Amino acid sequence: MMRAVLRLGREKKINRSLPVDLALFVILAAVGAFMAVPFVFMISTALKSLDELFLFPPTFIVRNPTFDNFYDLFLIFSNSWVPLTRYMFNTVFVSFAGTAGHVVLASMAAYPLAKLKIPGRNFLFSLVVLSLMFAPQVTAIPNYLTVSWIGLLDSYGSLILPAFATSLGLFLMKQFMEQIPDSLLEAAKIDGASEYRIFWQIVMPIVRPAWLTLIIFSFKGLWGTGGGSQGASYIYSEQLKTMDYAFSQIISGGFARSGPMAAATLIMMIVPIAIFVFTQSNVIQTMSTSGMKD
Amino acid sequence: MAPFFLLFFIFTAFPVLMAFALSFTYYNVLETPKWVGWDNYATLFIKDDVFLIALKNTLLFALVTGPLSYIACFLLAWLINELSPKIRAVVTLLFYAPSISGNVYLIWQVGFSGDSFGYVNAFLIKWGFILEPIQWLQDPKYMLAIVMVVQLWLSLGTAFLAFIAGLQSMDQTLVEAGAIDGVQNRWQELWFITLPTMRPQLMFGAVMQITSSFAVADVATNMVGFPSPQYAAHTIVTHLNDYGSIRFEMGYACAIATVLFIMMLGTNILVQKLLRKVGD
Repeated sequence: MMRAVLRLGREKKINRSLPVDLALFVILAAVGAFMAVPFVFMISTALKSLDELFLFPPTFIVRNPTFDNFYDLFLIFSNSWVPLTRYMFNTVFVSFAGTAGHVVLASMAAYPLAKLKIPGRNFLFSLVVLSLMFAPQVTAIPNYLTVSWIGLLDSYGSLILPAFATSLGLFLMKQFMEQIPDSLLEAAKIDGASEYRIFWQIVMPIVRPAWLTLIIFSFKGLWGTGGGSQGASYIYSEQLKTMDYAFSQIISGGFARSGPMAAATLIMMIVPIAIFVFTQSNVIQTMSTSGMKD
Repeated sequence: MAPFFLLFFIFTAFPVLMAFALSFTYYNVLETPKWVGWDNYATLFIKDDVFLIALKNTLLFALVTGPLSYIACFLLAWLINELSPKIRAVVTLLFYAPSISGNVYLIWQVGFSGDSFGYVNAFLIKWGFILEPIQWLQDPKYMLAIVMVVQLWLSLGTAFLAFIAGLQSMDQTLVEAGAIDGVQNRWQELWFITLPTMRPQLMFGAVMQITSSFAVADVATNMVGFPSPQYAAHTIVTHLNDYGSIRFEMGYACAIATVLFIMMLGTNILVQKLLRKVGD
């Protein structure tokens, strides 16, 4: 089994020795366990019944799996003022709108930066690279003031618009577009295609792996949005708040609610993970062009 | 192109300048900002003891979890690269999952829960290491270390994917040529061939890890509460949130943001310079 895993069976690879291979395999297995254990706990906590949650010593793997916690979760929301479906709609809407806008705008900005000789493009791109070097928390306060001046406070726009212009997306897209051979674009131009047509009909289909990557990065950010201090201060109408916010209210209910909390977390994590499962190979392909040149 | 950069300037570039400008004022949102010169910075470094604790904790994160997570990202990507493609995809998913699964890290709270139902306490009591439960998340002695462990668990993110991708797209003929030129084992291969070829990805990954290691806040707040007992897990960003969204001293909060900005940018530029020397 282990031999097959390490591909040692067929032929000896260059510069490899069995003892070191085994040692490294053990390390990998140990780290894998460290990464996986919290997920196992989370899933088994979500499936535990109330009496099993308070068992000593606690059981690592659930003995009598039940869906009570999921049922309780919906029960908690059944007498809340805003129905759970509304929170769900808000999250889904914000995630989809923000992601779609981001992919389109970032691609449209990346294309001229990568392929058209326009003045100032190096300067603009170096600003983007520079902006990768600090976290969004730095600009949290000015952003709050800006959002309130534009009049976006307490609207979906306050969550969606800033997400449109995430610089990581532009960076990855531009790096990926650079690989498109110039000759292809020139050929299209000679055939009489406008820049607009070249962009939508030639460039966008080629960079599909890159926009799938932008989708997962942007989506994972927006999906969990609105639960933290930022989301809570941008939106104060209960009916506009997101699922993450609603669930974080349950979580703060303490240990007695750790069952429904695990159930809520499980529901929240499934979507981004599913997207990543389907896009993984495209993401990896995009990230291979992510390097920063000197 | 215009719409993106319009939003980019509104929400990213311009706010940096605005934070810098506001950091020299007293501004409480209701009244117009009042110019106070360097007062905010003076208070920050001389009078504000809590900020100094936050600074110390943030530097600890930057110096411990930053490099550790960076090395882990690379080494694990390098190990995974030896696996067959199908297993590699599964392992990649497993390692990357924590960073995209939202609030799953809160399960660590149950694990380190202060009563005997917490996994860690239960395990230690059962095997006789301790007699009564330890208040892991309330005791300043353990808090920071636990937040660090969780932070490490979360840290195999964008950089990790970039490294995997870089290794996969590496030209195998380089390795074969190296073997002919006298590279004898995998460590030499790593140092003389792999690392220099990967330099662009290494630089990108460094930016990702450094930036996030300076910005620890949500994990600390959600794990040990805000403010944490004796400010043991207080970081610059939690300090910033305190003044920005609770006390509404925007000028002062902007001074904190500016200090953070300079620290992040400075470290990034320094590390970029160092990485250019890798494998030379």
